[in-house]
Amino acid sequence: MALELRGCTKRFPTVIANDDVSLHVEQGEIVALLGENGAGKTTLMNILFGLYSPDAGEVVIDGDQLELADPAASIEAGVGMVHQHFMLVPVFTVAENVILGLEPLKGLDWIDRRAANDLVREVSDRYGLSVDPGALVEDLPVGVQQRVEIIKVLVRDARYIIFDEPTAVLTPQEVEEFFEIVRGLKQDGKGVIFISHKLNEALEIADRIVVLRDGKAVGEADPATATREQLAEMMVGRPVLLKVYKGESSPGDVGLSVEQLVVLDDRGHRTVDGVSFAVRAGEIVGIAGVQGNGQTELVESITGMRASLAGRVFMSGEDVTKHSPRWIHRNGVAHVPEDRQESGLVLEFTVAENMVLDSYYAQPYSRGIQMDWAAATEASQRLVDEYDVKTTRVDVPMSTLSGGNQQKVIVAREFDRDVKVVVASQPTRGVDVGSIEYIHARIVEQRDNGAAVLIVSSELDEVMALSDRVLVMFEGRIAGEFDPATSTTTEVGLAMLGSQVADD
Amino acid sequence: MTDLPRDPQGGDIPPSAGGETPAPPGRPNWLHRVSGIGEGFWRVLLVPVLALVLALLVGGVIIMVTDVDAWRLMGDDPGSAVGDMLKGVWVAYRELFLGAFGSERAISETLFTASPLILAGLAVAVGFRTGLFNIGARGQMFIGGLSAVWVGLHVDLPAFLHVTLAVMAAIIGGGLWGGLTGFLKARTGAHEVITTIMLNFVAAFFVLYVLKTSLFQEEGSNLPQSAPIPDSARLSPILGDEFRVNIGLFFAIGAVFFVYWLLFKSTLGFEFRAAGFSPNASHYAGMNVAFLYTSVMFISGALAGVAGATMTLGLPPYTVTANFPGTIGFDAIALALLGRSHPYGVLWSGLLFGALIAGGRRMQAAAGVSVDLVIVMQALIIVFIAAPELVRAVFRLRAAEAEPTQLTKGWGG
Repeated sequence: MALELRGCTKRFPTVIANDDVSLHVEQGEIVALLGENGAGKTTLMNILFGLYSPDAGEVVIDGDQLELADPAASIEAGVGMVHQHFMLVPVFTVAENVILGLEPLKGLDWIDRRAANDLVREVSDRYGLSVDPGALVEDLPVGVQQRVEIIKVLVRDARYIIFDEPTAVLTPQEVEEFFEIVRGLKQDGKGVIFISHKLNEALEIADRIVVLRDGKAVGEADPATATREQLAEMMVGRPVLLKVYKGESSPGDVGLSVEQLVVLDDRGHRTVDGVSFAVRAGEIVGIAGVQGNGQTELVESITGMRASLAGRVFMSGEDVTKHSPRWIHRNGVAHVPEDRQESGLVLEFTVAENMVLDSYYAQPYSRGIQMDWAAATEASQRLVDEYDVKTTRVDVPMSTLSGGNQQKVIVAREFDRDVKVVVASQPTRGVDVGSIEYIHARIVEQRDNGAAVLIVSSELDEVMALSDRVLVMFEGRIAGEFDPATSTTTEVGLAMLGSQVADD
Repeated sequence: MTDLPRDPQGGDIPPSAGGETPAPPGRPNWLHRVSGIGEGFWRVLLVPVLALVLALLVGGVIIMVTDVDAWRLMGDDPGSAVGDMLKGVWVAYRELFLGAFGSERAISETLFTASPLILAGLAVAVGFRTGLFNIGARGQMFIGGLSAVWVGLHVDLPAFLHVTLAVMAAIIGGGLWGGLTGFLKARTGAHEVITTIMLNFVAAFFVLYVLKTSLFQEEGSNLPQSAPIPDSARLSPILGDEFRVNIGLFFAIGAVFFVYWLLFKSTLGFEFRAAGFSPNASHYAGMNVAFLYTSVMFISGALAGVAGATMTLGLPPYTVTANFPGTIGFDAIALALLGRSHPYGVLWSGLLFGALIAGGRRMQAAAGVSVDLVIVMQALIIVFIAAPELVRAVFRLRAAEAEPTQLTKGWGG
């Protein structure tokens, strides 16, 4: 009993997304499909789920050939998919979302809500999902919404379940809970395909790892024996440094300091509640914390994007509290924003336009009231070469670049100046392994050039590897300071959850 | 929504390159083979041109089914009935074409009709590019046109200066009326669709009211109609006094180049477009989004104001009535969509609509087909533009060949 893809090939006008890929999953097995962004993982799964029709190849489920390019046939054959972006109606209840499309009817046209609730409760109990059928989806945390998606798949009798980058949106605790659920599914005899670009997760959860690169299945690995380095090399096609190599820091004067800062979020809550810290020139300070503990608002306030209620921000001794984003940028602050697609880039703009997005108004890109696009194009070309951005040209839309290359554009734009302070939020989120290595090296380079560097990340491993000092933020306050060389991830992780262990 | 790979050549014409990016290599389809024209050219024009063809076909069907005389004959002699119908379509379209391009007068009428359409279309297009849905071109035309009339009636100047000052008044009047919407959005978050629609009513009834006061009315008259605008403030005809086309055409063409420069070459235009696509990224990049909303609505209103001036200072008999913008304020939205919010696109669609309207008048007179058919066809063109899937299905085109369909992000708010 197994699901098999045989020799699947899918071409798009400019790329071959899948090139003769074969893959099989037994029932009761977890297969991780590992690959960088753009390696063709999602395309492959969309073939399996019937959203794309392959140019060549076939899908065989439990010995029967699957009718391709028909989602209904895939569901019928027992394939279920949990998408990266959930497909839920926010104003419906859990039960309503689950039965959408297969409503149990009472009489002619009354939906049998009790039957729906019972159905959801039964599935939820069986797999330990603890989801309340009557809750509105919009009120649920992301991790629970994901479980609603899982219930949807289970209710439709899926025997093979595909998870597309399921952990991208989850907090570390939610990831642990999610893995428990996946193990439960496995024990129940489901075949699971787990799509990811995160090495640790693939090693932790999978029975077998298949690596995809440039649309080809380049190899298989056994998680029991494979190392992260081996997997990374298979993914990228060359040896990759997974550790951050940096020398001793030599901190100088205080470059950035924050005193008793209080910031409100959009709903008026004191999300940053009296935060003080200092970052010296030539050192990297990392802020660790579970997302939503005020890091976003802290960074926005430092960079001038959000007004603070009280407290002060200093850069090189100067009070910059009330200054605009434009002023702060012009005075040597490089800001890598948390959500690059939402606020760091204009995806519809060309690479060149994005390269000058925050310096367009001054020489040499703007002469008076007119843009000098020749100068902007030339500078962009230079930055693309210098920062190893993979794009065919600088006049293609930003949206055609992969996540890692988009992030490199931001890094190039922000770092290619006389930088005194770096504020980088989630600098490598959704970025492929090869680019992570590159971006980390560039951040360390800024430190060594004498910049005061503030890193905010919800990836604890990243904060620990990159920082010279780690601050933990919990419920709007600094909940502890750690030396990454002498502290363990467990200690810092506990502080992230609010345990009062850090008194040193 | 499935996550289909985006067409890398879709979207904007890259301002930095100032030209077309070559289309990805692909099999040429029958259109390219028949036409011999490269894919890059067709990529931009494909859907609009096919939409026009479809609209003409549907219009032909409408002419046929409404041909009452031919239907009476249907029972006795179906052959000649159908023949009559086809002949009716032929005559109607022949007269439409002749009315638009068949004579010097026809061309004059086409250009005369197109001028305010282009100006108002540009007004809407500029807003679209900045993510604002300006439904208020009508109101801005009212206020701009009225301002021009006021200068025309109450200021005494030599000809050239008088017209210039009157048009300046239209720019400022329309600009302030539009800018008010931008300011309200920037300050209070009021959605521009709501405020512009409401301000349209305010402007329309304000004009109706003041046209009945002595400020504008001719002495002794009781009509809601202005006194005749003196010669010195009229837009001079450019093909002689017997033709209506006037220097408003130059305003329209000048505005096309100005808007192109503004959007794609100027620093302010870069900010407009950035704010249009992503207000968050604009804020991050240090742009003042509130200022951008206000200033783009000022410019949009100013363009509509000039359109209003062409309908007051340039329309014989030069006495202004209470509904001088006509339907132009709304046709402008259709124009901007048809022209994909690109100034050159707006120029061509304005000329097309001008030709349809001018030709429609002759079609009605000579072929007995109601001029309303032209409005139906305009609407059909927009429907087909807005539903490119339909056009593709009819002409059996591959999806990748047509442009992506996003016209505006204006609804987001």
